[in-house]
Amino acid sequence: MTAPGSPTPTAAAIAAEVRAGARSARATVDAHLGAIDAAEATIHAFNLVLADSARAAADAIDARVAAGEDPGPLAGVPIALKDNLCTRGVPTTCSSRILEGWRPPYDATVVTRLATAGAVVIGKTNLDEFAMGSSTENSAFGPTRNPRDPERVPGGSSGGSAAAVAAGFAPLALGSDTGGSIRQPAALCGVVGVKPTYGLVSRYGLVAFASSLDQIGPFAGTVGDAALLLEVIAGHDPLDSTSIDQPVPSYTEAVGAGVDGLRVGIVSELMGEGIAPDVRARVEAAAEALAAAGAEVGEASVPAATFGLSAYYLIAPAEASSNLARYDGVRYGLRVDGATTSEMMEASRSAGFGAEVKRRIMLGTYALSAGYYDAFYGKALKVRTLIIADFAAAYERFDVLLSPTTPTTAFRFGEKADDPLAMYLSDVCTIPTNLAGQPAMSVPFGSGADGMPVGVQILAPTLGEVPMLRAAGVLEEAAK
Amino acid sequence: MSAIHGIDGLDDWELVVGLEVHCELATATKLFCGCPNQFGDDPNTNVCPVCLGLPGSLPVLNHQAVELAMRIGRALNCTVHPSVFARKNYFYPDMPKDYQVSQYDQPINADGWLDLPDGSRIGITRAHLEEDTGKNTHAGGSGRIHGADYSLIDYNRAGVPLVEIVSEPDVRSPEQARTYVAELRTILLAIGASDAKMEEGSMRVDANVSVRPHGQAAFGTRCEIKNLNSLRSLVRAIEYEARRQVDLLGTGERIHQETRHWDEEAGRTRAGRSKEEAEDYRYFQEPDLVPVAPGADWLARVEAALPVLPAARRETLAGAAGLAATHPGVVMAVDRGLDDLARGAIAAGADPVRVLTHVEHNLAVEGAETLGAAALAELVGMETGGALTATQAKTVLADMVATGRGPAEIAAERGFEAMDTGALEAIVDEAIAANASEWADYVAASAAGDDKRLKKLTGFFTGKIMQASKGQADGRAVNELLTRKRDGAA
Ligand SMILES: [Zn+2]
Repeated sequence: MTAPGSPTPTAAAIAAEVRAGARSARATVDAHLGAIDAAEATIHAFNLVLADSARAAADAIDARVAAGEDPGPLAGVPIALKDNLCTRGVPTTCSSRILEGWRPPYDATVVTRLATAGAVVIGKTNLDEFAMGSSTENSAFGPTRNPRDPERVPGGSSGGSAAAVAAGFAPLALGSDTGGSIRQPAALCGVVGVKPTYGLVSRYGLVAFASSLDQIGPFAGTVGDAALLLEVIAGHDPLDSTSIDQPVPSYTEAVGAGVDGLRVGIVSELMGEGIAPDVRARVEAAAEALAAAGAEVGEASVPAATFGLSAYYLIAPAEASSNLARYDGVRYGLRVDGATTSEMMEASRSAGFGAEVKRRIMLGTYALSAGYYDAFYGKALKVRTLIIADFAAAYERFDVLLSPTTPTTAFRFGEKADDPLAMYLSDVCTIPTNLAGQPAMSVPFGSGADGMPVGVQILAPTLGEVPMLRAAGVLEEAAK
Repeated sequence: MSAIHGIDGLDDWELVVGLEVHCELATATKLFCGCPNQFGDDPNTNVCPVCLGLPGSLPVLNHQAVELAMRIGRALNCTVHPSVFARKNYFYPDMPKDYQVSQYDQPINADGWLDLPDGSRIGITRAHLEEDTGKNTHAGGSGRIHGADYSLIDYNRAGVPLVEIVSEPDVRSPEQARTYVAELRTILLAIGASDAKMEEGSMRVDANVSVRPHGQAAFGTRCEIKNLNSLRSLVRAIEYEARRQVDLLGTGERIHQETRHWDEEAGRTRAGRSKEEAEDYRYFQEPDLVPVAPGADWLARVEAALPVLPAARRETLAGAAGLAATHPGVVMAVDRGLDDLARGAIAAGADPVRVLTHVEHNLAVEGAETLGAAALAELVGMETGGALTATQAKTVLADMVATGRGPAEIAAERGFEAMDTGALEAIVDEAIAANASEWADYVAASAAGDDKRLKKLTGFFTGKIMQASKGQADGRAVNELLTRKRDGAA
């Protein structure tokens, strides 16, 4: 299981065997740590590998099984966490120098739920600083490489989590998705990535980038594993006021349910200009596969989706400019001294933040400024309302929608790093869903002309995870 | 009115004041987390990831705070609206997130009013919810943020719920400003929304002050006065600021819109940050919270639970006493929460003016609320019946509050008995004989209607007589005797 891309046991298989006493959690963790040892120097998926605590947690799982207890649905399954999820006593860096030395005094809600389910946290993964980027090149600790081709980016911002799963370092990982930060790297690395409905998974303990868009979600090698992980982390949390208070349906059952009668619409606005022909061809092939499995496939229109990128690059930076204000050197993280408090704050922030983070803080500050609010932030909110309305109209005719996850397959390092706009365009297909607060996922569906994986995006209405996973299950089978 | 009321020498000007009052709500916990809302604990003991604004933490709204805010709104005749929270963005070390969660364009309470005891009405623009900041202590150097060697920050107060009550610019005199704040404080206490202590900072007042020539419709440029830690500071600061502005305008200068700090020791305001260079707060809706839309049933429960408000209590007491609601004794009785006691005593037959005189002058003491209405009525009865002088009654009353015993028992023990009229008249005669020239003056002043002089001489004779009677003489009886003797002499 050490070679990138080689088959590894699924999380579902590991958990079933560990719970049955047929597999040692410790041996499972050791095997994955071995895979990390062998390839991490090349891939750099992790900011921190938690070998000792993972082994101790695995031993505890084995002891519980030996004592006749059930450690839970993810018993003994190694999982990698994006390094913007708070872990008690363990450095949480957001791949930024500004959080140097900070150890959260608490666990994120998802981390608590994983522990309760018996999962074993194996490390904290690399990301674009504060989740701002699409290639992991914006990490203060150096980029992550794509396990399918180390000359290429893994995507971002959750590039470390996607790479960890693709490289066989862990069968599962968690990422966060603000404008495509789970789905885009999943597509580029050839793994499954899910952005759940806004509010389905608690954000408590996720270091905020853009609060109205951020959502935690799973990475996995298979659709079934992604569904299993989503079942564990979904559900109401009183610590998050935006958390949805509704019972969670069975996602794992949805995966094998088929698409008979499911109405699938291809989003025409996301199939045109800017989408590479080989990528477009794979989406068309996916539509055919769904039709062959009994779905009713048609053409859908979400006109306002084309304005999504512009609206996103006002709303997300605006919220970020406020969310990142607290990194001021006063209470934690990096402090660079100055003669006055404001000079200290300025020096700390200048030294602690990278170029992309500064760019977005400035963009967002400008968009919210007196005299500009209506023209920029206010207008972006109106576009957001339009996008929601257009999706609502499309979902009157369709149960799920289909599009590419990304315009192209994984690009090479440096290709877009100096051109922020080109980089921003790689999220053009994923951003509209975040603005609408709806779920979407990326499923690997063959390769492009360069042999790199192509991801197909399945979009669904609010709390439409079940039909979304039904379609994903069928595509996964068809891709085999 | 031709002058700024209550300020000498500013005859041609009108004062315009709007008040912003921040009050800390008397909730058990903070606005967005479960930390205790408690004053005076060791620094940084009532804190958690949420109120420290640690990365990844999220706010959860305290419903008790919403309820108290609604109570304030309804007590101030506001309409309670569905509201949203907004972020007010600015960098300050005592603010953990470097933004304050407040309410901006959709506050929970709007468009109300407050009626003052003097009959005037002050409009309430809004009363919205927000979180408090921590507290800085600047050590070494100048003791101010600039020039301090280092600063210590206590975040116990960070996240404590506040309601900011913003008045319309309806206040026209320093005294009216004082009355407004005092009345507001009485209401906040009566409805249990806040302990409203200006000294402890649980009630903080900022005054927006401007002046304009009489008859001018447009407002003058205003300055916001901060650091007003008492009602006395409020009155002094407004007086000072009005004079400063009138002086500037008088010499042809302009007023700069700015924040000014009241310096209690120096008795003046000093310029702070000017609004021109003030920060742009970049308000936007707080995405970590959902809108607050109290249902009709919740609002109805809040309204039903509101106690009778001070204005209505003053009306009731004034009616029972046969006095005006603005009578100082009536105002004070309600202020001190002694209106039930006063009404009880009056209902038991006690003279209303004597009852309210005691409430106003002799019952500003701890334990006054333990006094029984029947006992107070009995005391006033002894007084009006001539068994006790006013001075003796005051002494007995203090003993009653301190010991809980009845007035007759205390009076007997102290040997208080009213001096009989014959003995008192002898003392009065002696005093007149011993001070013949003053007496002649007294008679002359009385004939000339020189009230000022008469008052002074009355005081002189009363003092002599009191001294001679060792305080046992009744003031009113003395006055009557003096008048009788004067009429006889004339
Ligand atoms: Zn707290």
